[in-house]
Amino acid sequence: MGSRRRDIPEINAGSMADIAFLLLVFFLVTTTMDVPNGLQVALPPISEEPPEDSKQKKREVLEVLVNSADQLLVEGSVLTIDKLRQKTMDHLTNEGRNPTLSTTSTKAIVSLKNDRGTSYDMYVQVYNELTAAYNQVRDDYSMQKFGVIYSKLDPTRDEDKIKEVKAKYPKKLSEAEPVSIGG
Amino acid sequence: MAKFKKDGGRKLPAINTSALPDIVFMLLFFFMVATKMRDREMKIRTQLPQATEVEKLEKKSRLNYIFVGPPLDKAFGTTPRVQLDDAFATVDDIQQYITLQNSKKDEREIPYMTTSLKADKTVKMGIVTDIKQELRKVNALKLSYTASKASED
Repeated sequence: MGSRRRDIPEINAGSMADIAFLLLVFFLVTTTMDVPNGLQVALPPISEEPPEDSKQKKREVLEVLVNSADQLLVEGSVLTIDKLRQKTMDHLTNEGRNPTLSTTSTKAIVSLKNDRGTSYDMYVQVYNELTAAYNQVRDDYSMQKFGVIYSKLDPTRDEDKIKEVKAKYPKKLSEAEPVSIGG
Repeated sequence: MAKFKKDGGRKLPAINTSALPDIVFMLLFFFMVATKMRDREMKIRTQLPQATEVEKLEKKSRLNYIFVGPPLDKAFGTTPRVQLDDAFATVDDIQQYITLQNSKKDEREIPYMTTSLKADKTVKMGIVTDIKQELRKVNALKLSYTASKASED
């Protein structure tokens, strides 16, 4: 190394802030912050043949109807949306006690029918309540059995536990082929 | 008469701004990491319904978006319309759109492709049902009703 070192002149960083601000503003304008959240649905595959006659006994099916005036009809009687979750949970965890509800949880089905005039908001709310009911009964079962709620089970470590809970309370939420009920 | 003070009195010392770029860069990196690029211009209003049981969609690259809602520009009327990418579309265009989008993806990814349906609260189920039927026809069976997270009481 040379004995004489040349002094490097100080770089003027005064405009650095301007450049950084420019970039910052650019990113502020072009980006959005929302994370997509949504209710996950698995649609049934389309089939050419007409749907086979349901062999399911009527008591296994919890019929939920939403009409075009956003009114709810569950098993033939009018119900408000805040009672739907409890009703669905009763149906899923009935185990044959109540003769009008399901015999076992593995056979229990929830059938959702809506009208073309039903509002999307109402439909999402109903769907949300039904999903909530399934999540709740799965959580309860998992808590009782493993001491951890279902949603907190680790998909890599507790695979068997998840399978067991899913087998106990299979999510059989069927949606009818579109029809116009009117009303 | 009062006299105005002449210039040349005490001067304020210059504020040291050498740390300002650091602060701004920090903000910049925060926004770069926490946000995503806005990739389409919305032509319709989508005020999302609220739900408590929403799940986060893991991979953005595995999403196809369909928007439904009343047009923002009143010149297009108030009946809900479908928007695919940047343009208005009809329900009949959905099959083609999904097929086109999927053809750009890796074949192994196609079974995991989720359709994110962003629909306005006020939309009627008729159009949503039609969209669901179209999606079933192209075998895009994973659907997500986009909703904002409601706090559980």
